[in-house]
Amino acid sequence: MLSEQNLKKLEELKKRYPTTKALLLPVLWMAQEQFGWISLDTMKYVADLLNLPFHHVYGVVTFYTMFNSKPIGKYHIQVCTNVSCMLRGAENIRDHICRRLNVGINETTPDRTFTVTEVECLGSCGTAPMVQVNNDEYYDNLNLEKVNKLLEDWSKK
Amino acid sequence: MEKLILPDIPHLRHIDVYEMRGGYQALKKALGMKPDDVIEEVKKSNLRGRGGACFPTGLKWSFMPKQTTKPKYLCANGDESEPGTFKDRAIFEFNPHLFIEGAIIAAYAMGVKTIYTYVRGEYAKWITLLQKAVDDAYAKNYLGENILGSSFSIELYSHKGAGAYICGEESALMNSLEGDRGYPRVKPPFPAQNGLWGCPTTINNIETLANVPIIINKGWEWYSQIGAPKHPGTLLYGISGHVNKPGIYELPTGVLLTDLIYKYAGGVLGNKKIKAVIPGGSSTMWLRGDEIDGVKMDAESLKAAGTAIGTGGVIVMDEDTDILKILTRITHFYHHESCGQCTPCREGCGWMEKILNRFLEGEGTMEDVDLLLDVANNIEGNTICALGDAAAWPVQSFIKKFRDEFERRAKKTPSMKKPVKPPHLVTLEV
Repeated sequence: MLSEQNLKKLEELKKRYPTTKALLLPVLWMAQEQFGWISLDTMKYVADLLNLPFHHVYGVVTFYTMFNSKPIGKYHIQVCTNVSCMLRGAENIRDHICRRLNVGINETTPDRTFTVTEVECLGSCGTAPMVQVNNDEYYDNLNLEKVNKLLEDWSKK
Repeated sequence: MEKLILPDIPHLRHIDVYEMRGGYQALKKALGMKPDDVIEEVKKSNLRGRGGACFPTGLKWSFMPKQTTKPKYLCANGDESEPGTFKDRAIFEFNPHLFIEGAIIAAYAMGVKTIYTYVRGEYAKWITLLQKAVDDAYAKNYLGENILGSSFSIELYSHKGAGAYICGEESALMNSLEGDRGYPRVKPPFPAQNGLWGCPTTINNIETLANVPIIINKGWEWYSQIGAPKHPGTLLYGISGHVNKPGIYELPTGVLLTDLIYKYAGGVLGNKKIKAVIPGGSSTMWLRGDEIDGVKMDAESLKAAGTAIGTGGVIVMDEDTDILKILTRITHFYHHESCGQCTPCREGCGWMEKILNRFLEGEGTMEDVDLLLDVANNIEGNTICALGDAAAWPVQSFIKKFRDEFERRAKKTPSMKKPVKPPHLVTLEV
């Protein structure tokens, strides 16, 4: 169930679009922010909420890379390895993070603190290499020292 | 040259500072003009789209029907996902009101009542910054009911994407906004006739719209004098890769590529030579390091040089770069981002990636190069949208210019396996 606050927000959003289907992405965002990921049950709920077929919701969730259809760790570290970052040593950053956390790409640490994924260009090419954590802050101009510091900080929290 | 889009004014993103610097004066001026005259002004200025295709903006606006019973829409495209591109983000952060003002003027000119700004989901932080600016514009009645006492009402909504490169393609963007997967649509019908929810729609890039208030303020004659005559104005060049000072540089169109690299971006890291340059985002054709002298950064000059201005995202690679690996990474990107509708792109991109990976693993042969080119040639022009072309062009240009890279990496002993031939059309005997 979406929180009361989110349902209220949804009512507001309805005024913006001529169809309810257009609310799908905004609602999925709300759901993901609330639950951390989008389960099959959440998809069914969203489908009922917006009066859409379940398969449509499923198709949309799986099409967009930012929607997590599996649970993820508290810190979702997304390493850009596209051209500009790669030229600036993104692979080292990626491998270093994986080694330090002892996980592979698309894996979560056993304590559910970290998930590491490799992502496509995040538009931070001038400050490469970079990672984005959750749907939040960009950490750019990275080197191994900075990465170590960040990982330590997050581990403590 | 004075910077027009991102001038060095502290706190320009605050509406008070923006107004103090002459902000929203262009809107006031435009509201005193006939909508058609606004379109005419932009047409004469020769402003061309900054999203990659360089389509004349005024002409695009003039395609919107004048007499229609349907609502009309403007989509501002802030999906910005082309590798090497990070300019619209800077507008959201440093000068969002210039974009908002431009979008309102565009809406007024086309008779649009609703603007959707589609921003890629990863830009959560910049969506917040933009939203603050939008709220401030509402508070001062630049947006909302009867703006500035006129009879014109206008709404601007931000819509957050969710991670799909293809949604930067205008018709995929509309599908995404409608709540579907980001599948590009077959054109025609074009968006001006049949866009969002079947209504007349125009899609413009964020940087394109940010140019509009400048044109209205200073007039088309002034604007069309800046930079290259057929592609005037300033561009937000994003330069990345092996340069000392990567970043955004706002300069007139037609600036020398070598100036951009050496004069502005501080030259190549470690004073190395340049092996290759991608001039306008990952979709554009590669230039060899020995080809860049005298090349100017505008649509026509780069076309003459066999490539394109694209989004103005310049990627520099030094002499020690494993460029075959870079090409493989780019091809992986297009394979990952292909929406899957068209077979040539869906299958072809993966096929190209596999062939390129064979070279990285030392298993490629020179027959593979011909096969790679054949696959690329069969993707180009055979798909609904330009993603297929965007995947083919880097590969084609790379084979043309860096064939020796393949030769160097090709397997020395001939493969025992027969080369796999592409499945060409078979003539059936009936």
